[in-house]
Amino acid sequence: MEKLHLDQHISKQFNTDLEALKTRILEMGGLLEKQVDDALTAVEEADSGLAQQVLEIEPTIDSMEIEIDEECTLLIARRQPTASDLRMIMAVSKTVRDLERIGDEANKIAKMAIQLSEEGSSPRGYMELRHIGDNVQEMLHNAMDAFARFDAEAALSVVPQDKKVDLDYKSAVRELITYMMEDPRSISRVMNILWTLKAVERIGDHAKNICEQIVYLVQGKDIRHRI
Amino acid sequence: MPDAAIDEIAPPAADPTTDREQNIEQDLTAEKTVGEAFCENAKMSMRDVKVFYGEKQAIYDVDIDIGQNQVISMIGPSGCGKSTFLRSLNRMNDTVESCRVAGEILLDGENIYSSKMDVVELRARVGMVFQKPNPFPKSIYDNVAYGPRLHGMVNHRSEMDDLVESSLRRAGLWNEVKDRLDQPGTGLSGGQQQRLCIARTIAISPEVILMDEPCSALDPIATAKIEELIGELAENYTIVIVTHSMQQAARVSHRTAYFHLGHLVEVNDTQKVFTAPEHELTEAYITGRFG
Repeated sequence: MEKLHLDQHISKQFNTDLEALKTRILEMGGLLEKQVDDALTAVEEADSGLAQQVLEIEPTIDSMEIEIDEECTLLIARRQPTASDLRMIMAVSKTVRDLERIGDEANKIAKMAIQLSEEGSSPRGYMELRHIGDNVQEMLHNAMDAFARFDAEAALSVVPQDKKVDLDYKSAVRELITYMMEDPRSISRVMNILWTLKAVERIGDHAKNICEQIVYLVQGKDIRHRI
Repeated sequence: MPDAAIDEIAPPAADPTTDREQNIEQDLTAEKTVGEAFCENAKMSMRDVKVFYGEKQAIYDVDIDIGQNQVISMIGPSGCGKSTFLRSLNRMNDTVESCRVAGEILLDGENIYSSKMDVVELRARVGMVFQKPNPFPKSIYDNVAYGPRLHGMVNHRSEMDDLVESSLRRAGLWNEVKDRLDQPGTGLSGGQQQRLCIARTIAISPEVILMDEPCSALDPIATAKIEELIGELAENYTIVIVTHSMQQAARVSHRTAYFHLGHLVEVNDTQKVFTAPEHELTEAYITGRFG
């Protein structure tokens, strides 16, 4: 059972509803990709205007989460879905939560961007941030792409990337701690970069969770905590 | 009953909607049942079972075990042979003249189609509950007492009273009828009548209970009561249930078997069938893509 046929129900309305659910989640994913990108750019370029914009979009994401979740509840009540339909709805309901958390992390990054632009930029850490940020953005993009195509293989290939991000994050933390010991005056500014890095690393975790949901959705296998 | 049985095997309306479906149907004959058709503590076992109505084959090469104290549900589109299959388990098909059963159906290792098998005794061991509640036009008491009396199971009136009470209690009906046991069973509500039929079935202490869409004529409350009852009965009996309600199969059964055009396509744990079925046809049916 590798192929999904979500569009072949006898009930055309059910087809439409499921298709709409998919469209909504991809729409939300697209918005989050932009939020993360904007937040990271705002840090790098000390652009508090862009950071502010990220903060303003956050409530939209929260309400998207609620709407999509309601839609899932309604579909369960109305259709009593089974098999791939059920997995689709469960996967969407969990993915939406991860996406909303990614939104929260983007929010944190944007707040750090504002602080960094007010307190002056950190003397170190931008290179690490760019490196890890690029990786995590790619993970998120690939995750949403795999969702769009119901591609379990592609989703599975994203999962190990999270390990790499975790390692990169740990080594960046070690390096920045060393730097702070050498130059205690920079501690508060370097800490801001550290919080930002932590938020980016968390986004990687959420992207990984989304990929695990895609594998469940397509293959019916629960791979959480196994890879 | 013959008419109903023949209806069951009438060929499905010839309007295969897509090529995909058509191809699947052609492939069925070559395929083996997917999932886990066999189990260790089998109460009944079918090996290579084929059922024919005259020239027409209704069931193809079915191999399956039904475990002791297990609830197994048979699902599938109309005309897929699930009722025919159910009826072959206590030789109800004997009443259909043109019906022929080949292969082995074992109850505790004994072939139920062997010449040594006493059909009356078989049907006492493998009881049946039908789609529409069909109480006898007798009192509630006599509906339950009829079987035990017929089989000479009790000698005294007081023993019979106890048996009637315990059967009605196990069917969850005692409290509702204990003050009017002498009134006709046909005067009860649909759901009560169906529970009366279940009481009548369990009064003769069967080992296996076959249920042919036992809730399809009942409202949701009566259905819930019967489903609750099925769960309780499974502690003492082995239950095979044919149902058109997928949700019901998901709620009450341990294992689920999917039939398609006379082929047993998939047997698996119910949980697996309804979350991640192995066969594409099972998936298509339970998600409402055809049927």
